[in-house]
Amino acid sequence: MYRYDEFDAKMVRERAQQFRYQVERRIKGELTEDEFKPLRLKNGLYLQLHSYMLRVAVPYGTLSARQMRQLARIARDYSRGYGHFTTRTNMQYHWPKLSEVPDILELLADVEMHCIQTSGNCVRNVTADHFAGAVAGELEDPRPICEIIRQWSSFHPEFNYLPRKFKIAVSATKEDRAAVKYHDIGMEVITNEAGETGYRVFVGGGMGRTPYVALEIGKFVGKEDILAYLEAILRVYNEYGRRDNIHKARVKILAHQLGADEFRRQVEVEFAEIKRHGTLHLPPEELKRIEAYFAPPAFEDLPETAPEFEAAVKADAGFAAWTRSNLTPHKAKGYAIATISLKTIGQTPGDASAEQMDGLAQIMEDFGFAEIRVSHEQNLVFPHVRKKDLPAVYARLQALDLGAANAGLITDIICCPGLDYCDLANARSIPVAMKLQERFADLERQHELGEIKIKMSGCINACGHHHAGHIGILGVDKKGVEFYQIQLGGSGAEDASVGEIMGPGFGKDEIVDAVERVVETYVALRAPGERLLETYRRVGMTPFKNAAYQEQMYAAY
Amino acid sequence: MLTANRLLDGEVVYWQGGDWQPDFAAAEIFDEAEAAKAALDAAQAFVRDNKVVGTYLFEVRKEANGVAPVKEREIIRSLGPSVRRDMGKQALMPVPPAAAKPVHETSPPPPYPEEPDVSI
Repeated sequence: MYRYDEFDAKMVRERAQQFRYQVERRIKGELTEDEFKPLRLKNGLYLQLHSYMLRVAVPYGTLSARQMRQLARIARDYSRGYGHFTTRTNMQYHWPKLSEVPDILELLADVEMHCIQTSGNCVRNVTADHFAGAVAGELEDPRPICEIIRQWSSFHPEFNYLPRKFKIAVSATKEDRAAVKYHDIGMEVITNEAGETGYRVFVGGGMGRTPYVALEIGKFVGKEDILAYLEAILRVYNEYGRRDNIHKARVKILAHQLGADEFRRQVEVEFAEIKRHGTLHLPPEELKRIEAYFAPPAFEDLPETAPEFEAAVKADAGFAAWTRSNLTPHKAKGYAIATISLKTIGQTPGDASAEQMDGLAQIMEDFGFAEIRVSHEQNLVFPHVRKKDLPAVYARLQALDLGAANAGLITDIICCPGLDYCDLANARSIPVAMKLQERFADLERQHELGEIKIKMSGCINACGHHHAGHIGILGVDKKGVEFYQIQLGGSGAEDASVGEIMGPGFGKDEIVDAVERVVETYVALRAPGERLLETYRRVGMTPFKNAAYQEQMYAAY
Repeated sequence: MLTANRLLDGEVVYWQGGDWQPDFAAAEIFDEAEAAKAALDAAQAFVRDNKVVGTYLFEVRKEANGVAPVKEREIIRSLGPSVRRDMGKQALMPVPPAAAKPVHETSPPPPYPEEPDVSI
C-alpha cells in the first residue's frame, strides 16, 4: 500500500482544518450558501434529497483493513450505519450532518484518506483495474502511475478550474476492467516493438447525455514522458474546452469535434513545448520508489490447487457456484482473486453496512490480506487469496451476507442511487435493480445465461453506466411518472461500444418483464458460446425490440 | 407547498405558519399562487439567517384521503428512500408507511397522467 509522506499527511490535515473553519464561518453566517457551495463541493460534500452526502476518495480502489474499519466507524457514528460504494470506486455516506463533516475529515486523515478530487471541475480520483497486481497477463501494476498522477494533479493550480470534471483510468491487461475508453483520459499499459513499456493514451470517452468511446491519441507514450503528455492534453482542453455550455464542456465534445488527428496534433505541439523546457520528466528512480509501495505480498510456493479447496467444491454446491463466478485466475500458483459481490439479492447494489465493513476488515486481519479493492462495478475484491483458504473465507463472507455467487452475471447490476437519494435523478433505479435481481435470482439460470451486464442510471448523467451495459436501463420522468428506456449492445470493456436505444420507455411495472423478454430472445437466438452482447451484435436490435414490446401496454412515450 | 433543507443537518423541512418544521403532513397548502409567492418571499429571511437552503414551491394533489405530492421526487423527499423504510422521515412515523399505505401508494398515478388538480 502507498503510505503518505510528510507532504501528503500535512496536506490532508490542513485540508480538514481549513474545512472546519469554512463550516464554522458558514454556520455563523460569514459565508453565504453561494460562497460556501464551491468550498463544500471541493471537499466532496453535496446536498441531496434527504440530507448531505459526503463522497470519500478511494484512490485506485485500494483500501487497507485499517481504512475499512475507519469507513465502518464513520458509517456507524455519522451515517446511520451504512455507506455506498460507487462506480468511481469511492464511498458515499448519505446521512452526515454539516456540523460533523469536519470531524469525519479528521477521522479520514487519521487513516490517510480524504475527500479531495471527488467533486468539482478538477482531475478526479484516478481509477485502475481492480485486479491490479494480481491478475495473470498483466504487464505491470497500473496503480503506481495512478498514484503519481494523483500527486501531480492534486491541487494542480493550472487545472483547478477546468471547463468541467476530468476522469482518468488506467489498465494494464488486454482485458479492460477499468472502462478506460469511457474516460476523459484512458491509459493502457503496453509494450512497443523495442520491448519498452509505456502507455497507449485514449482521450474523449464519456457517458452522460452525449456518450462517446474515446479516441486513440497517443499510440505509445514512454514512461518518462507520460506526465508531460497528460499535461499537454489538459492544456489543450483547458484552453479550448467550452465554458459557455455545461452540456458541451467535457473534453469528449472537444476531442470528437476536432477529430483524433487534429486533437493529437494540438497535443503534440503542447507536448513538444513542455519537453523543450525540460519540465515534467518522470525520473525512473522516482517511479521505482513509488512502485515499491505497491509490491505484491511475498507469494508462497504453493501447488496449483489445494485439497481443502477441491473437497469444498465437491461438498458444497453454494461454494462451487461461487468459485465459478467469483474467482479469477491469479498470476501466482495456488492463489486466486476473489470478488465479493455487493449485489446480494434484496440489497441495494453497492451498499455495505458498518457490520459488513468491520467483518471484512476482520477477515483481512485473520487471513493476512493487506488490501481490499473496490471495483467500478460496485463490488469488492480480495486480490490475493490462497486457494486453501477459500472455503473458510467464503464461509465468513456468507456469515456477513456477502457470499452471493453472481459476479459478472445478470444480477450483478451496476446501479446509481437514483431518485431514492440523488438530487439530480429523474427516476428511481434501486427498486428496479432489486426487482430484476429477484426475477433472475435462480442461480442455475444465472450461470446458464452467462455474462450479462445490466447497468442502470436514474438520469441522463449516467452514473450507473447505462450506455456501457449489455443491457442498459435509463430512468426518465414523464409528467411526474417514472419510465425506463432500454439500451442494448453497450460495453465498457476492451470491446467498448455505446448501447443503442431500443425505443420508448417502459412503465415501472413493465420494465422487468421487458428485460426478461430480451433475455429469453437471446436464449432463443444465441449461437453456442455466444454472450448476449455478441448475439445482439450479430442479429441487431429488431428481434429484441419486437419481443420487448410484444405485450407492452403503455409504449406510447 | 413550500420546502427547503435545513442548513445544519440537511433535513427536509416544510413551511407552516411563518416558520419551518419537518413534518409533511403538517405543511401549509397554498391554493392561490399569490399566497405561495408571498410565503416564498417571507422564507428568504430564513435563508439570510442561515437556517435553511434551497427554498422552492412544489405541487401537491388533493385526494379523497389526504394530500400527496404530484412528483415522485417530492413523495420520496417527504418519506425517505423507498428502498430503506427504516431511514428518513418514514422511520419516525408512528405507523410505518409500508403498513399504513400512504396516500400516494394506494393510488399510483395512471400511465397517462391527466392534468392533476394542482395546488402548490
